[in-house]
Amino acid sequence: MRYLPHTEEDIASMLRSVGAENIDDLFSMIPTDCRMKTALDLPDALTEWELNTLLEGLAETMAVSPAYKVFMGAGSYDHYIPESVSYLLGRSEFSTAYTPYQPEISQGTLQGIYEYQTLTARLLGMEVANASMYDGASSLAEALLMAIRITKRRRIALSRLIHPHYRAVVRTYLGPEGYEIIELPSLEDGRTDISGLTGLDELAAAAIQSPNFFGCIEDLQAIGKAVHEAGALSVVSFTEPLAYGLFKNPGSQGADIVCGEGQSFGIPPSFGGPGLGMFACRMKHVRSMPGRLVGKTLDRDGRPGFVLTLATREQHIRREKANSNICTNSSLCALASAMYLASVGGTGIRELASLNYDKAEYLKRGLKGAGCAIPFDSPTFNEFVVEFPNGLNDTYSKLLEKNIVAGVPLARWYPELADHALLCVTETMGREDMDTLIREVRS
Amino acid sequence: MKEPQGTSGLILNEPLLWEKGKMGRSGFSMPRRDVVPSPLDETLAGDGPDIPDLSEVDVVRHYTRLSQWNFGVDTGMYPLGSCTMKYNPKINEKQAALRGFAKGHPLLPIELSQGALELMYRLERYLAEITGMDAVTLQPAAGAHGELAGMLLIHAYHTARRSRRSKIIVPDTAHGTNPASAALCGFSSVAVPSNEAGVVSPETVAAVMDEETAGIMITNPNTLGLFEENIRKIAEIVHAKGGLVYGDGANMNAVMGIVQMGKIGFDVMHLNLHKTFSTPHGGGGPGSGPVCVREFLAPFLPVPRVIHREGMYELSEDFPESIGRLHAFHGNVGVMIKAFCYIMSMGSEGLKRASQFAVLNANYIKENLKGSLHLPYDRGCMHECVFSDKFQEGNKVTTLDMAKRLMDYGFHPPTVYFPLVVHGAMMIEPTETESKEDIDRFIEAIRTIAAEDPELLREAPGRPKLRRLDETAAARNPRLAG
Repeated sequence: MRYLPHTEEDIASMLRSVGAENIDDLFSMIPTDCRMKTALDLPDALTEWELNTLLEGLAETMAVSPAYKVFMGAGSYDHYIPESVSYLLGRSEFSTAYTPYQPEISQGTLQGIYEYQTLTARLLGMEVANASMYDGASSLAEALLMAIRITKRRRIALSRLIHPHYRAVVRTYLGPEGYEIIELPSLEDGRTDISGLTGLDELAAAAIQSPNFFGCIEDLQAIGKAVHEAGALSVVSFTEPLAYGLFKNPGSQGADIVCGEGQSFGIPPSFGGPGLGMFACRMKHVRSMPGRLVGKTLDRDGRPGFVLTLATREQHIRREKANSNICTNSSLCALASAMYLASVGGTGIRELASLNYDKAEYLKRGLKGAGCAIPFDSPTFNEFVVEFPNGLNDTYSKLLEKNIVAGVPLARWYPELADHALLCVTETMGREDMDTLIREVRS
Repeated sequence: MKEPQGTSGLILNEPLLWEKGKMGRSGFSMPRRDVVPSPLDETLAGDGPDIPDLSEVDVVRHYTRLSQWNFGVDTGMYPLGSCTMKYNPKINEKQAALRGFAKGHPLLPIELSQGALELMYRLERYLAEITGMDAVTLQPAAGAHGELAGMLLIHAYHTARRSRRSKIIVPDTAHGTNPASAALCGFSSVAVPSNEAGVVSPETVAAVMDEETAGIMITNPNTLGLFEENIRKIAEIVHAKGGLVYGDGANMNAVMGIVQMGKIGFDVMHLNLHKTFSTPHGGGGPGSGPVCVREFLAPFLPVPRVIHREGMYELSEDFPESIGRLHAFHGNVGVMIKAFCYIMSMGSEGLKRASQFAVLNANYIKENLKGSLHLPYDRGCMHECVFSDKFQEGNKVTTLDMAKRLMDYGFHPPTVYFPLVVHGAMMIEPTETESKEDIDRFIEAIRTIAAEDPELLREAPGRPKLRRLDETAAARNPRLAG
């Protein structure tokens, strides 16, 4: 086997050195009744060339561009990734390193993550961002646990327009301890109804998503104000951070904790993972924050460098009293997003965000013209809800036959939205693709 | 010693990203604008992020220089105990990047995503076979996420039986994630000591196991690199009081094809695909932490689950007792693909050989270093061995000093000061992918270091880009963004 370098001679000489007759002797401390009597029942080993054939066959069954036009977002977005980003990310000095516990020989990862923390904090308008969480959903769950720790309260409010999967993950994380979860309903315009916050006591945090699951931009300032009046922390979640290239960032609107998914920045969808949990807060709360942090310091000769820091919050020091159990995070994805942001640049992010917005508006107008209803009139970014004129199922299957995936049907999460789908357009979708969709819906 | 591998070469300084940008540069091919601009509600518009503009060359040089300050498995031996830093096969990277997988949207209709679903289904079956368990979830994104899933499963199991249990037994050799994961489910940890042989005694468990205890979390082989030989007896004791046995599979690399944990008393365990199954650690992630369970716990597994019905792979949420969802989508599929490829490339025989060589290499290091370093548990080890700095104490040389000096010789240091039960611990896990020549060089380096001038060690490392960094100052005055 090409990954196993030992020759028969090596094995014999090493066994002699340890005083064992054969390899099985090395396992003699395992009681006989614990050892397997037969071999594992697994397929025969493949050659590299057979493996290629098998995986290509599996990958071919997946509906992706250019053969398919996929108008899906809902937490996973198809954006162009510069080849230079994929290339740099493949440098194995980054990918084959472990968590940078030994800073002297990990400065590449450490500076890269320090830069990621900085760019993330700037993008979200916050003071400090951590080195990453698993994904947007676990980031939200951890943000709410953090708010519970800070306020020592047991009740949280969640907008109904937060990604349904994120809300499900929150319920999983918060369930065993019995924290109370209140759902904030939605308004006719596709935004969250925050009137229920008034008079709520003992609230640790209220969380909303913007752009929300329907793609609508929430009034973050009004929400922040209402949450603070309830004495709670304002948590803002997101699934599409590119929106902050165009719209006001959550930090500037009073958010206390901002958390979400960074997959849009240089990370392929990969059937849902790995993604990037972005997580940021105010400096006054940094010691309650979960996850790893990279900080700047000096070496013995006074030269600047970076280390993992504030570890006393973490599981390997604090064990059961830690802020979180997280250890491995999404470090390489964080690095990818920093490479992506650096490549696109501040000017480029704004332009790209505008392009996403304009394309989505183009499709929205076209579909309206084709007889679709756009039920929510709040401003959106690159996705929006559509009601098809001839019912969802027929239109959806008819379009599938043309290799068009017409968004994500919403009824499974929002029963009142039968016949509605959430459609997404990014810069990867050309005008002809949108015109084809519009034409097919009309006909 | 012959000329050491560690040497000094030309690397370049590199400023922070925002110190080198210049307005008007770009490293991105902006897609064609084929639609007209649409009006935007000005009250919602922001100023755009304060991110520098760089050219493609700027970005490429920046990250190439940074990468050269890093040490990875591809650079050299990385014997970081409990982390299983084995070689990461390159072909697996290519498979995960195949367009169909990389561009696949997680909410695609199932008939348009059969390949990814089949791969996940098959990977679940293979991991079930390797662990001797019955059902698997691939959703957890890392080992600690898997531990949380496992604790939630145990919590749900007891709740379904209307049994309220508030404690969980955790040996003193456990990873810090164990008690932290248990705490998320409201379980308080009851620490039990390991005995003089470095393993947990059944009597110790019997003394604390009661009907308010949900179960035990036990790492096997444990973090001393020793097989928990009393595991069957311990499992009996825990089961007799209605508790469950959780296995931390961080050290599974020692026993593939040798022990099936599901057959020796474990009810639930997690695996780290980024350890045992060769996927790269990425400087701290992404990982993947599948959880394998026995049949009676399967109804509680996270949803959606991949099922196979009438020739189609499907995603089902129809498991009313499920603990719910743990990930925004299906877990880290990109990592699963690489682990699947590893298993397919190794086969049953290859995986067993990997474990055998991992154990051979660790024992070889143990035998060849025990004259130079103190070996607190002098018995046959599994895939890793734990030394201490006791012999060096007289010279005021610490484990940290020796670890730092190893860098100068071209090796990544072992895990240091863990497990906590060994004072000044140095935990060495060579893995099976290191050759005898590299291991011999490592042994020679440690022997040389053990006899070196203490002052040299306290000043180490000298060859990397930076010398020792002031971690105390970093924590006292946190500078976390530029």
